[in-house]
Amino acid sequence: MRFLDEYRDPVAAGKWVAAIRALVTRPWNIMEVCGGQTHSIVRFGIDELLPPSIRLIHGPGCPVCVTPVELIDKAVAIAARPEVIFCSFGDMLRVPGSASDLFRVKSLGGDVRIVYSPLDAVKVAEENPGRKVVFFAVGFETTAPANALAVAEAHRRGLGNFSVLVSHVLVPPALEAVLSAPGRIVDGLLAAGHVCAVMGTEEYPPIALRHRVPIVVTAFEPLDLLEGIHMVVKQLEEGRHEVENQYHRLVRAGGNRPAQDLVKEVFRVKDRAWRGIGTIPMSGLGLREDYAAFDAEGIFEVEGVGGPESPDCRSGLVLQGLLKPTECPAFGTTCTPDNPLGATMVSNEGACAAYYRYRRHSQEPAHGV
Amino acid sequence: MAFELNCPVPLRHETIQMAHGGGGRMMRDLLEAVMLPAFRNDTLESRHDSALLPDPGSRLAFTTDTYVVRPRFFPGGDIGELAVYGTVNDLAMAGATPRFLSVGMILEEGYPIEELRRVVASMRRAADRCGVAIVTGDTKVVDKGKGDGIYINTAGIGSVPGDLVVGPGQVRPGDAVILSGDVGRHGVAVMSVREGIAFQTPVESDCAPLHGLVRGLLDGGVTPHCLRDATRGGLAAVLNEIATDGKVGVEVVEAAVPVVPGVEGACEMLGLDPLYVACEGCLVAFVAGPDADRAVILLRAREGGEGAVRIGTVVEDGRGTVILRTRLGTRRILDLLSGEQLPRIC
Repeated sequence: MRFLDEYRDPVAAGKWVAAIRALVTRPWNIMEVCGGQTHSIVRFGIDELLPPSIRLIHGPGCPVCVTPVELIDKAVAIAARPEVIFCSFGDMLRVPGSASDLFRVKSLGGDVRIVYSPLDAVKVAEENPGRKVVFFAVGFETTAPANALAVAEAHRRGLGNFSVLVSHVLVPPALEAVLSAPGRIVDGLLAAGHVCAVMGTEEYPPIALRHRVPIVVTAFEPLDLLEGIHMVVKQLEEGRHEVENQYHRLVRAGGNRPAQDLVKEVFRVKDRAWRGIGTIPMSGLGLREDYAAFDAEGIFEVEGVGGPESPDCRSGLVLQGLLKPTECPAFGTTCTPDNPLGATMVSNEGACAAYYRYRRHSQEPAHGV
Repeated sequence: MAFELNCPVPLRHETIQMAHGGGGRMMRDLLEAVMLPAFRNDTLESRHDSALLPDPGSRLAFTTDTYVVRPRFFPGGDIGELAVYGTVNDLAMAGATPRFLSVGMILEEGYPIEELRRVVASMRRAADRCGVAIVTGDTKVVDKGKGDGIYINTAGIGSVPGDLVVGPGQVRPGDAVILSGDVGRHGVAVMSVREGIAFQTPVESDCAPLHGLVRGLLDGGVTPHCLRDATRGGLAAVLNEIATDGKVGVEVVEAAVPVVPGVEGACEMLGLDPLYVACEGCLVAFVAGPDADRAVILLRAREGGEGAVRIGTVVEDGRGTVILRTRLGTRRILDLLSGEQLPRIC
């Protein structure tokens, strides 16, 4: 398929792998920030192609995984109310709260619907004036503009029955937290391409400078990832720590200004708890005062709702790159996609789920077809 | 006199009433005006509580399946033909020649009778295409809100020739894995309507009978070790089921699995893997290694098998693991999913 096959070409991939091998003189730990990158790496087995001295560490960039357990519990509490139609992206439905999840709420009669765009939820609100429609506004900077647009649209159309349960997080503060953590092992970063398509790259040079790490804005296809890794390794070997852009076919330094303006219009930056990691200052988005009427947390008075995280889940360490999923004692035993302890085992982009799905294979030699 | 599908006896109501399932005159009217004319055959005409079937003089295959697809009409098919092909295909996968079907319908109060006529007409066309007769049936009506318009159960009987044994237990290391065509079309077609997602290239369901393909293999002298149609859970689910039940490993080459661009594009956009998306007209055949090329040629000669390809090989592995060789040449597990695939956030 056009615009896809050319980024998955095995011959070109082999050339990048050879180029990386030719560069490496010592071990390097490279973190891919985005869960979409993690998924691609494991799906295509990119880490297996790399020389053993290059270790990929899976970063915190999975919005589903870092949504705090209290927010899932709040979503569950709101979705269970008879007057509510609860709309969400599909992969939030299976994420375990402390006692339940949205699929379970649905099976008990809750009106929980999967939508593909936040504007679909606005439409549901318009079509159901007698019901309260809540959209689970989850994500990084990538989904923030569309979610802001939904709130702005609902405001413009005067929809009093639409609200959002906001769980928005920001990448740069999370990177600061990861890079500042004691015992940090990360030498270089692949920044999340789609986040930068929205936000641009201007937030990253101070981070690269302060922590002396090369940062390469990288896309998601196999050749993109290999090129991004090559660029990081080259900087590391040359002792540089700059911000470079592999994803130049989409990412501009300034990003997408209208999208940024929309986000600023609707949201404000605030402290945010990250599941498994804890609170990171100024690392999330909340609704501005002008849009407080659309805040589901206020409307449904769910303050104080939320139970504790499973004590056996080490997803916090996984999300910070301090533990490989397979190194967790619960991995594949007490924690599986059928019975997940934490969100990293559920989400399409969760590192644990990616490892579970693609990585429990035997090491027998391949047989030809 | 030739029977005309589009010349229905008039009914007093335009929608299904509770009384249409009540055992009285209205139920009789519905059967005579809609069901019997559509399905007409001698066995059904006898109007017994049971259909009396001739002794086929062979072993019988017997299966049942229930159809609740939403939407009821989707690009490339509808619930009626799906209910016929699905059960016919289950019979065919046992190596059976499909012969007879039963039809049980659960109708929701208020369901338009006009649509019911379309569904039963579609079932008749599908049955004729498969050479099966619908010989017995049942209709129930549930209160408005307790159903989704129409649910259909079909059960099927087929005759199995000679001492043919087809099943996971027959699969051996060295067997070739053959796929009859491209995967994922049914799932994407249904999703495109259900979720209101319009694609540039509309994708039509692959909904089709598969008994002709099986017949092609058998008549051509290839006895498949195992056959399975890839439905819910897609190709990945089928391969895992057979690997687990047959206690063998399966190695599949990702690049060999055909996926049409419309399906590939939709899956990329929604974050789905086409190997897990439902098909309704695609079979996987496990044949002895030396039969592989002939099996592909035989399948390609039949309608619906034009795209047949070899996608993999059976290997020794008592744990029943399915391994995918990726486009980049790496190997990874191709696992069963915990549940349905969910579209991802970004």
